[in-house]
Amino acid sequence: MSALDFNTPITPELVKEHGLNEEEYKLVLEIMGREPNINELGIFSVMWSEHCSYKSSKKWLKTLPTKADWVIQGPGENAGVIDIGDGQAAVFKMESHNHPSFIEPYQGAATGVGGIMRDVFTMGARPIANLNALRFGEADHPKTRHLLSGVVEGIGGYGNCMGVPTIGGETNFHASYNGNILVNAMTVGLADADNIFYSAAAGIGNPVVYVGSKTGRDGIHGATMASAEFDDDSEEKRPTVQVGDPFTEKLLLEACLELMATDMIVAIQDMGAAGLTSSSFEMASKGGVGVELWLDKVPMREEGMTPYELMLSESQERMLMVLKPGCEEAAKAIFDKWELDFAVIGVLTDTKRMVLKWHGDIAGDLPIDPLAEASPEYDRPWEPTPKQDRIDPDSISAKVSHIDALKTLIASPDLASRRWIWEQYDHLVMGNTIVRPGGDAGVVRVDGTNKGIAATTDCTPRYVMADPVEGGKQAVAEAYRNLVATGAKPLAITDNMNFGNPERPRIMGQFVGACQGIGEACIALEFPVVSGNVSLYNETNGVGIMPTPAIGGVGVISDLGHHATIGIKRDDSALIMIGAATGELGQSLYLKTIEGREEGAPPPVDLNAEKRAGTLVRELIELGLVRTCHDIADGGLLVTVAEMCLAGNIGAELHLPEVGSEIAWLFGEDQGRYVIATRDPDKVLNAASSSNVAAVIIGQAGGDSVTIDGGDKVTLSELRELNEGWMPSFMAEAVQ
Amino acid sequence: MKSAVILFPGINRENDAIAALEQATGTKPIVVWHGETELPKTDIIMVPGGFSYGDYLRCGAMAAKSPIMRAVADRAKAGVTILGVCNGFQILTEAGLLPGALMRNASLKFICKNTHLKIENADTRFTNQYKVGEVVDYPVAHHDGNFFADSETLDRLEGEGRVILRYCDADGVVDPKTNLNGSQRNIAGIINEAGNVLGMMPHPENAIDPLHGGTDGRNLFKSLVEAAS
Repeated sequence: MSALDFNTPITPELVKEHGLNEEEYKLVLEIMGREPNINELGIFSVMWSEHCSYKSSKKWLKTLPTKADWVIQGPGENAGVIDIGDGQAAVFKMESHNHPSFIEPYQGAATGVGGIMRDVFTMGARPIANLNALRFGEADHPKTRHLLSGVVEGIGGYGNCMGVPTIGGETNFHASYNGNILVNAMTVGLADADNIFYSAAAGIGNPVVYVGSKTGRDGIHGATMASAEFDDDSEEKRPTVQVGDPFTEKLLLEACLELMATDMIVAIQDMGAAGLTSSSFEMASKGGVGVELWLDKVPMREEGMTPYELMLSESQERMLMVLKPGCEEAAKAIFDKWELDFAVIGVLTDTKRMVLKWHGDIAGDLPIDPLAEASPEYDRPWEPTPKQDRIDPDSISAKVSHIDALKTLIASPDLASRRWIWEQYDHLVMGNTIVRPGGDAGVVRVDGTNKGIAATTDCTPRYVMADPVEGGKQAVAEAYRNLVATGAKPLAITDNMNFGNPERPRIMGQFVGACQGIGEACIALEFPVVSGNVSLYNETNGVGIMPTPAIGGVGVISDLGHHATIGIKRDDSALIMIGAATGELGQSLYLKTIEGREEGAPPPVDLNAEKRAGTLVRELIELGLVRTCHDIADGGLLVTVAEMCLAGNIGAELHLPEVGSEIAWLFGEDQGRYVIATRDPDKVLNAASSSNVAAVIIGQAGGDSVTIDGGDKVTLSELRELNEGWMPSFMAEAVQ
Repeated sequence: MKSAVILFPGINRENDAIAALEQATGTKPIVVWHGETELPKTDIIMVPGGFSYGDYLRCGAMAAKSPIMRAVADRAKAGVTILGVCNGFQILTEAGLLPGALMRNASLKFICKNTHLKIENADTRFTNQYKVGEVVDYPVAHHDGNFFADSETLDRLEGEGRVILRYCDADGVVDPKTNLNGSQRNIAGIINEAGNVLGMMPHPENAIDPLHGGTDGRNLFKSLVEAAS
């Protein structure tokens, strides 16, 4: 592409290469009133890419609930903002970097982390926690180890250097991700509620300023690449992957926060996907102004760069700002101190047009609103996913003992410990990590206070695949539950919608269903969506991923003196199950791992019961009655109890109910449930009864084994070896 | 009691260091930018952890050449207490204030976890609040903590009681199994000949609050205060 200059003839092939279809190109001609030049075509191409324009998804995203009293900023800015009290705000978002991470796992994942952190500090927030949601192909796929190892190193390489703790995440393996892994990165930041920065440009004549790294030729057309399916030649797209420099981003973070403490910034936007194009258009469009950009003033890393390349480069660690007039010198001094580039590259105008200048000549002249706002919006045809039958628990008879099933499950790729991953992330830097990875949600202290922010990422793709509506609900409900289990009040979510090709009605139906389920859960749980990201076309040679709407949840613990963790702390505690057991084995890991069947209706989510149970559990923790709590999720009750035993290094004995399927009781993945440990079971049972929440004593903590009804048992040391052993030995087989 | 924290571009555990020093001394430390050439007069100087200059070239190599490091070296000569943690340890070795070098972990991976450490010498200004042989628990978080020196240097360090901390298990057993990063002789922290400069890979500043899961790091900072007062 580097040979392109403004005189390149615009042929139908070139239009197609830019990812625009015939109708879209007709609209381009209509908006321009003439044939675009190559720079303008490139700009239309990235602005209207699925990645930047949300053209297939926005009709449905608009249906998601985004409001609550504590929401300061919902979707539409660089990140969502919620009020966490005491004049402070949490700023957060999750974003995908799937396509680049498959092509170049280290840099793809690293720049995903860098990008999401920039989204957060652009808003004026210091990042205080990172999380991620990762999906890889099946464990024995030849690429899985290489991709997992590269992605984990990339996430650590960037986040560790930035000095932001990575406090949580989730990792799944499934064959549907063999050709399209998912790397979703989330950052939570902390800001003063009255000092949030936005992207709407304002003030005709104000300077447009470029700061950060120089612009190179990396990442050109990254957004367009992320808007198409993969085929066998996808590896050739490596040059479209950006290269990260976390050291420069650390300097950029400190310089931006230093500048934000002054009163010089009018608007600020990071240069992410589609780089300078997307940032300048968004700022201008939101502010209803025009921009004149002097592209020859952009700091360049390489010689001979063209306006086309400068507008489309996705070089990392760059920001665009509008400053108050006369502030240039004072602002530049801050960036000089941090040894970062600072260049005035344009000016705001009243033309509502983007005029690109190149050594005084006009290299492009486009109207802003039609590109940014009037981008195509599709109502893609969709088909609902056919419902599957519920699995009758009595139809499953035990082929192995319950304890043998536990041993198999806890050492399976789905449930084995992820310690190998999170020990490569600095999860302690900043000195405020209170609940480390490996629990239900990570918790960081708000510096200098006794307040905590809890955060989690969740989705169970196999449920969403079987029933997008219930699966969408479940993803939100599980995030809610994981926050509650630490004692946090769940406040809001960010959604990262990873799906296949939306031009297939079946895939579009998954998207529509998931949005419906997410929306219902958000309303019922008062847990609105404040930010998000959509990644479509996660397909290779026509095979799509399981629908994966990853949910990042954030909540607040008002007093860290009363919070809960999953490890059993005393051996004289009773174990109580909160929430009703209904025996749902459909799509369960027991069915998959022990029976070899991936089928059936997933567990339904009763949102009212979820809310009642969640409120009760949080109140019990706040009152100091409960310090040990774990939600029941993948694998069911027995796995949950085993994890609590391993985390606390104290055993437990479970008592089977007198009636009903033992398998369903031990391994069913019925929703809305928690296990808590308490020395005052009567108080807990009474509180549950007055809250109309099912609660029953299921066993007793103590000993050094997990035992069922005094008979079948496994020692914690054997269980630990199984649970901790899988991933290190799996990765040790990696051919580096 | 006054203390200073040196800030290089890319350092990221400065606030953790500040919190620990403030807790121990009762006064917030003075933060000194790497481009300065003079240090304020303080009893304690801490070089915190992070990725100075992105760890590009070699961990600590560029920071060691920063203007402020001449002043730090002068203070070291003058006997001021200097503590380098993690990247700070790497910087102090690169600056020649401590012997040896920190190489990539034997696993080639970043490691963040709690580890047991054996206090090998409690008669120093960094460890006087501990007992010899005491086992403490601090986190580590590093990619390049694999301490290397030639055997002559190692023998000398050991002979002069300058090995302060070693990686061990909960019972204080020091062996290859408990050597989490491949360090020669499980060494996690050493002092200089004069005994006023300590470099260590683990993070006592991340073990100073019950909410951290442990407070074993507090006594290290208390020791500094005790020695200086």
